[in-house]
Amino acid sequence: MPKKVVSIIVFPGSNCDRDLAIAIQKHLNVKTEYIWHNEAKIKHHEMIFIPGGFSFGDYLRAGILATKSPAIKEVINFSKKGVPIIGICNGFQILTECKLLEGSLLVNKNQLFICKDIFLKIENKKSIFSKNIKKDILKFPIAHGQGNYYASKDSLKKLEDNEQVIFRYCSNKGSVKNKNNPNGSLNNIAGITNKKKNILGMMPHPERAISDKSTADGNIFFEGLKELL
Amino acid sequence: MSKISKEVIENHGISLAEFNMILKIIKREPNLLELGIFSVMWSEHCSYKSTKKWLKTLPTSGKRVICGPGENAGIVDIDDGDALVFKMESHNHPSFIEPYQGAATGVGGIMRDVFTMGARPIANLNSLRFGDPKHPKTKSLLTGVVKGIGDYGNCVGIPTIGGECFFHKCYNNNILVNAMCVGLVKKNKIFYSTAKGVGNPIIYVGSKTGRDGIHGATMASAEFDDKTQDNRPQVQVGDPFIEKLLLESCQEIMKQDAIIAIQDMGAAGLTSSSFEMASKGSCGVKLNLDKVPCREEKMSPYEIMLSETQERMLMIIKPNKKKLTLEVFKKWGLDAVEIGNLTDSGDMELFFNKKMVGKLPIKPLADMSPEYNRPAKKLKKNKLKKKYKDIPIHHALLKMISGPNHSSKKWIYEQYDRSVMGDTLMSSEQSDAAIVRIHDTNKAIAITCDCNPIFCNSDPKLGSAIGVAESWRNLIASGAEPIAITDNLNFGNPEKEHIMFQIKESIKGIKMACDYLKFPVVSGNVSLYNETKKKSIFPTPVIGGVGLINKTENIKGFKINLDDKIFIIGDSYGHLELSEYNRICGNNDGTPPPLNLKIEYKNGMFVKKFLKDYGDLVTGCHDISDGGLLLALAELCISNKKGMKIKLPKNTKKLKEWFFGEDQSRYLLVLNSTDDFKRIAKKNKVKISEVAIVENTDNFIVEDNFKIPIKKLIKYNNSWYKKFVDI
Repeated sequence: MPKKVVSIIVFPGSNCDRDLAIAIQKHLNVKTEYIWHNEAKIKHHEMIFIPGGFSFGDYLRAGILATKSPAIKEVINFSKKGVPIIGICNGFQILTECKLLEGSLLVNKNQLFICKDIFLKIENKKSIFSKNIKKDILKFPIAHGQGNYYASKDSLKKLEDNEQVIFRYCSNKGSVKNKNNPNGSLNNIAGITNKKKNILGMMPHPERAISDKSTADGNIFFEGLKELL
Repeated sequence: MSKISKEVIENHGISLAEFNMILKIIKREPNLLELGIFSVMWSEHCSYKSTKKWLKTLPTSGKRVICGPGENAGIVDIDDGDALVFKMESHNHPSFIEPYQGAATGVGGIMRDVFTMGARPIANLNSLRFGDPKHPKTKSLLTGVVKGIGDYGNCVGIPTIGGECFFHKCYNNNILVNAMCVGLVKKNKIFYSTAKGVGNPIIYVGSKTGRDGIHGATMASAEFDDKTQDNRPQVQVGDPFIEKLLLESCQEIMKQDAIIAIQDMGAAGLTSSSFEMASKGSCGVKLNLDKVPCREEKMSPYEIMLSETQERMLMIIKPNKKKLTLEVFKKWGLDAVEIGNLTDSGDMELFFNKKMVGKLPIKPLADMSPEYNRPAKKLKKNKLKKKYKDIPIHHALLKMISGPNHSSKKWIYEQYDRSVMGDTLMSSEQSDAAIVRIHDTNKAIAITCDCNPIFCNSDPKLGSAIGVAESWRNLIASGAEPIAITDNLNFGNPEKEHIMFQIKESIKGIKMACDYLKFPVVSGNVSLYNETKKKSIFPTPVIGGVGLINKTENIKGFKINLDDKIFIIGDSYGHLELSEYNRICGNNDGTPPPLNLKIEYKNGMFVKKFLKDYGDLVTGCHDISDGGLLLALAELCISNKKGMKIKLPKNTKKLKEWFFGEDQSRYLLVLNSTDDFKRIAKKNKVKISEVAIVENTDNFIVEDNFKIPIKKLIKYNNSWYKKFVDI
């Protein structure tokens, strides 16, 4: 049987597309195809990734200009059909900007870009993305200037009630406190899904933690996605 | 043509003697455009006129060297068909005037130098020098520079994995921002800048040309004064997004066998790129300046030729690949235009709206650029024996680790994306050199930046040699085979005899150490006139070293484990003059520690071989440099959050010398088993002494002396930057 193909949308300024393709190929036994943002058709749509980086230089606001790309219009169409979609870092920002995900990602609380390893608590394992992750706490790098998750009180309540929060920043032992919150995100939120739970957005980078000496938890994350294909 | 006045010549930084040379070359008076071209091509920044004579003496070849100085960057062979392209470059003057843009464009410029040659950048480093923290400008310069470096490298998606940051009042009005970039290329896919083929099209690609940075190279070739801030329009503005597009589009075209020659438009923009390419290929050039994409209206040929707008490239393309080339750039949304072609005239012919606006001979202009043998003389130093008081050992240690120069640099490096590209194995807080894996292989490279300006100020030759040795040592300690260096020579005004003396001596020192250690110089940069109101910076020749790690398993870093024993490799004499310890006691007199290159080489080779052959016995490795033995041990404890017990030496009367002496050529090896080690060291006649044992304790213990809780060490180590930048 020929290998299945996972699509990765590439914008001018994306810079985690290669790392993501490597991680996906390594763990999901599939091929990957880059979709240039100008393409209006996504041929392979069993699963779609939006990588990190600085699409369109993050000018105006991180993620906003990418929402005008033809490929994103196609992503929106497929999202309605229940296709699993994962946006990482800039991908998460794009997904909130095109309203596929609730809330927005503001400038980090300390006003600076932050790059470091953080711990993530898997808040619920009921989503298709998290149910097969064979660990409760993951160590991933973050690297962003705008990762401070914000949503209105009402939206936040709905997110929590509907169990859409998948990842929260925590300590190495899993305690979710303010001091474990790197960027000021409300409720320490690091990753959420949409209401239908077929779209995941997350700030940390699992694709950068697949063979590093300090953490290889990305392997566990990608292994957990196997069932989706 | 209007006559050029004396004032105009002076304003272009051209001396009368140089003007007479110009008359001789072109056999007539130049027009303003031509004068402008001469002024940038012959500026110190572009022509190296004060240092060329001495730079030529440096060793530049070696078994791994593919390309030495003279190209956009140096290239070395790292086996398996792979090569590394690397260089360091300064952006000192612009960064002082406009720290954010100055530093950002420094990073952009050095990355372009690397990817121009076909390489994909895989690591950025930087070497920073700021003034006294108490100086009113230091804080804003630090925050601006760090943000500028971070924002640029992060956006392009190249990890910034190491460097150094040092504060001293000699940099109060002249900070140093030196950026280094390392790229990876296949040996048979290297691109050079030699223009070839009469008639071939010259393609301009990248940002539209604006009025920014006109005469930037000339600015970087003069001292600062009260009107320095008026130079702000000469600082370029960076656009990392365009840089990223330029990188990706160039990589795409480079796969197509379309490019004959390529060079980025760096200092002196279109002028230097076109002249250098043509001069290397002995061709002529015809440029239609009205074709150059401009950002602003009514730009004159003078402004177009001299603009230093960033993120632009010039390339010579095979005529049959022109259409394809332009299409690729269009896909990436970049301006790409044919602005001229190569000729056989040997001249640079500049046209604007079909009218010839300038014509200059290319070879003579490049070849006959001035080369000075400026007078040099040692400055007599007045020995100011100031009174000072020794500080107790444990106070001195706490003062060091909580001071500006040895505090944790977390505040800086957390602003740099270190994990993008997924191959960073160690950044420079985890090992003596930053380490990045060659993608999809089991090998890695180690990179380090080093310079001790305190030593160089006292003895430029010895200090510079120590800089090279330290770089070499850092590579060895991180498990690498040292390959080659790039140097970034930062000095004051070379027209002053004592500064010229420093420059000459420093180059001599670099040469001496590089020759002995077989550590050639493959690229470099010179930044002079780092001087304000007659006050010069300390000589600061920064050495950027690169080494190869054959197996990633050999990487050690600053690791220690319970029950490990720690040994010093090398002789300890207790040289305290100019040490960090003496300086915190207020004693700034003396000379640097002596450097015996024979011993340096012997100790280094021993450590290198031991790490390779007996790697299983070694937990970690660290060199002993400024701050001496005690600081090196404390750094291991802080890095591992583990305690240790430190032995006293036999001669307990000279404890300060033992703990803080900065004798050269020494390493710390952390061993989990010692028998083989002792035997092999004895066989190799290498001096070793056991200094500490890693114990199950939460304290940093010096036997019969004092103990400091590790938590306290860490807290002290983490406090300075937070307090200083007030967050």
